[in-house]
Amino acid sequence: MEARTPLVLPTSEGLYCPAGGFHIDPWRAVPRALITHAHADHARHGSRGYLGAMPGVPLLQRRLGADSVIEGMAYGERRRIGQVDVSFHPAGHVLGSAQIRIEHRGEVWVVSGDYKRDPDPTCAPFEVVPCDTFITEATFSLPVYVWPGGERVAREILAWWDANRAEGRPSVLFCYALGKAQRVLAELARLTDRTALLHGAVAPLVKLYRQAHIRMLPTASVDLRSRRDYAGELVIAPPGAAGTPWMRRFRGASTGFCSGWMRLRGQRRRRAYDRGFVLSDHADWPGLLRTVEETGAARVLATHGQSDTLVRYLRERGIAADALETLYAGEDGAEQA
Amino acid sequence: MRAFAGLFEALDATTSTRSKVAAMHRYFAAAPPRDAAWAVYVLSGRRQKRLVGAAELRAWLEQAVDLPAWLIEEAYTAVGDLAETIALLTAGTDGQGVVQRGAPDTTPVPDREVSLADWLEHRLPALREADADTRRETVIGWWRSLDPAQAFLVTKLMTGALRVGVSRLLVARALAELAELPRPVMQHRLMGQWQPQAAWFRALLDPDTSEAEASRPYPFFLASPLGETADPATVLGDVGDWRVEWKWDGIRAQCIRRGGGHFIWTRGEELVTERYPEVAEAVATLPEGSVLDGELVAWRDGAVLPFAELQRRIGRKQVGARLRAEVPVRLLAYDLLEHAGQDLREQSLEIRRQQLERLLAEAPPALGLSPLLAAGGWPALARARAGARERGVEGLMLKRRGSPYAAGRVRGDWWKWKLEPLTLDAVMVYAQAGHGRRASLHSDYTFAVRDGEDLVPIAKAYSGLSDEEMGRLDRWIRRHTLERFGPVRQVEPVQVFELAFEGIARSTRHRSGLALRFPRIRRWREDLGPGDIETLAEVAALLADKAAG
Repeated sequence: MEARTPLVLPTSEGLYCPAGGFHIDPWRAVPRALITHAHADHARHGSRGYLGAMPGVPLLQRRLGADSVIEGMAYGERRRIGQVDVSFHPAGHVLGSAQIRIEHRGEVWVVSGDYKRDPDPTCAPFEVVPCDTFITEATFSLPVYVWPGGERVAREILAWWDANRAEGRPSVLFCYALGKAQRVLAELARLTDRTALLHGAVAPLVKLYRQAHIRMLPTASVDLRSRRDYAGELVIAPPGAAGTPWMRRFRGASTGFCSGWMRLRGQRRRRAYDRGFVLSDHADWPGLLRTVEETGAARVLATHGQSDTLVRYLRERGIAADALETLYAGEDGAEQA
Repeated sequence: MRAFAGLFEALDATTSTRSKVAAMHRYFAAAPPRDAAWAVYVLSGRRQKRLVGAAELRAWLEQAVDLPAWLIEEAYTAVGDLAETIALLTAGTDGQGVVQRGAPDTTPVPDREVSLADWLEHRLPALREADADTRRETVIGWWRSLDPAQAFLVTKLMTGALRVGVSRLLVARALAELAELPRPVMQHRLMGQWQPQAAWFRALLDPDTSEAEASRPYPFFLASPLGETADPATVLGDVGDWRVEWKWDGIRAQCIRRGGGHFIWTRGEELVTERYPEVAEAVATLPEGSVLDGELVAWRDGAVLPFAELQRRIGRKQVGARLRAEVPVRLLAYDLLEHAGQDLREQSLEIRRQQLERLLAEAPPALGLSPLLAAGGWPALARARAGARERGVEGLMLKRRGSPYAAGRVRGDWWKWKLEPLTLDAVMVYAQAGHGRRASLHSDYTFAVRDGEDLVPIAKAYSGLSDEEMGRLDRWIRRHTLERFGPVRQVEPVQVFELAFEGIARSTRHRSGLALRFPRIRRWREDLGPGDIETLAEVAALLADKAAG
């Protein structure tokens, strides 16, 4: 068998495709960057040209600034770049998130970016893309990470909100500003039509989701409100707002946090929120294994978090797997939007 | 069990005292009395028997899931708690029987609700009698059929190590609110020996407060510490308002003669009647309806023996004649809480003392009277305190004239004016292996005091234990690790130590806002539980006293 140059390899700027002459989610400025999604650890400012999935372009534009040159491609559309064919496919992570498929002389690689398999009303569902080499995230690669469904978690959130309302307390729910916040608002919209209040970092992103016709709870901005009584209200804020003076206005608030890490009691206790809701935009352990299997990939490269665990487990099951060093932060790094 | 699991999660999730009390109130109001009785039992930290050991659980876990052992180990490391690891790996993600995707061997079936009482009275105790295969199959069956919250609780109950983040005081508060009774009444009803049964729970909420269970001790009145350099004249005012006693270095105990029986309780609510037969025999000679408060000390030839001598008796359930002769124990009584069946706690200190003296005039020598010191003036008392070490006592006790006997740590009427160094009781929260000779032995500890419902680290200490104690503690630490952070283990906050230190200062570098000077372990207080440790406010008060002085 002839030894081929890898289609994608790690460089000091990030993942690079030599045959196509482009980078994927680079963490330094490069001539041409293909972006999987708009989270800060994947979409960084400074490159000369950006290419992403069409539904994510408004989010990318906001993240990268009005002066960045961003081009969008429809999901599934093929384009020749250098010597390779490139296409974007839904990753189910956040609005406009994509896996990037790269084909070169009959060999197919897929870079997953961040993805999940659970249904999410705010974005297109993950699409299985058959490939030879699959570069997968591995943020939650331990068998203890198994997600309850989003709908069920939304019911828990609503019950918590209702209980706080009954006691006349505000409910402050910390969610990553891009993706998680909108997913919560969309899941809740199936259960109630009460208005939720938004932190200033969340509001503009909710607006972009609305422009993409995502159905969410009615919302209002905390900072624009004249009334100063927050009893019974639900407030959506980024985790960075916890412990800041901004929080003082919500006297007697019960606090909650939405994250896959909330699956573990130690994490719930350490972070000292009143409630932890297990809601993640990353694949859980069964989701990772199922995806690897369904892509049919002969070779798997794992990035993020606990990649060693996934690599060892896959190897024991006869799949050629390796860890790929990247600077992606996984769920913890996606706080800013 | 589902309701109790909900309560546990509510208590576990919040750090707010108000929310915890509200959650317990709601639970107790709705739960069937039999379940509620068991919930009180578990929440107030009463000891459960261990039915299954950790090694057995791990072996069963490996059989219950289709995962390689190394991956289970990785998961355990990440989770930091065996029962939780089991619950997350074996239980369904959904109590309604949703299949856990990707893990073929763990399909939960919808479970029938089993009450907390049924678990604790029938299901779990039945494990003890069962043979090895039945035990394994039964437990694995439970794991698979329960939702994770219940699987976690059941496993914790099996290991006898379920701890909930509430103090007995908070439990009493919730129950007192529910029953609309004064909190001290509820505290009293929760003391001593009782069986968790429906009738007992109904009696707990009974508005009629005239009842008394023969063995039940009163809540101890606990003294507040007076700062090292505090000027008592500033803090306490006129010396004439105070009665003064030695602060004995022994075990705080309540001796009860009631209903034809006699009982000795320690402050940690341990019944130790059999351990101190010489005292027990003397208590038996008291008139019916007597309750003494005092200090158990080792005493020979008219003088108190060092605490280390008494320690030889503490762990012994059966006392041989030789040890009894070598380390005779007596009670130095300083208060009378009940006389001729009448509760005296609302009476003044002087009246109680007078009756105590009359009662003990004819008593056997094992029941002594803690003498009163002449309070000639603060300077004279300061000299007496300075000489306390030579007398083998810890310092002075200052009790306000005319004061009643309060329940718990009520600041103002009882003060302990200890010898230098300062000491405090704190609970171990972290342990780390030492270096060199102590590599792989957990010898560096972090201790915490209570701040509301939180534990706040207050000091690190590296020395003060014997090699034997350190080895024993090391084994305990390994079995009771909650979580690991690299080389540091977070342990269950159970082991209480008396720390000695030379001074205290404000610090911005510590979460407690306080820094102790030269903290070291003075004594492993196996007679105390985490409910007995100092509060941050009490420690900080030492600082305030200093400023005032």
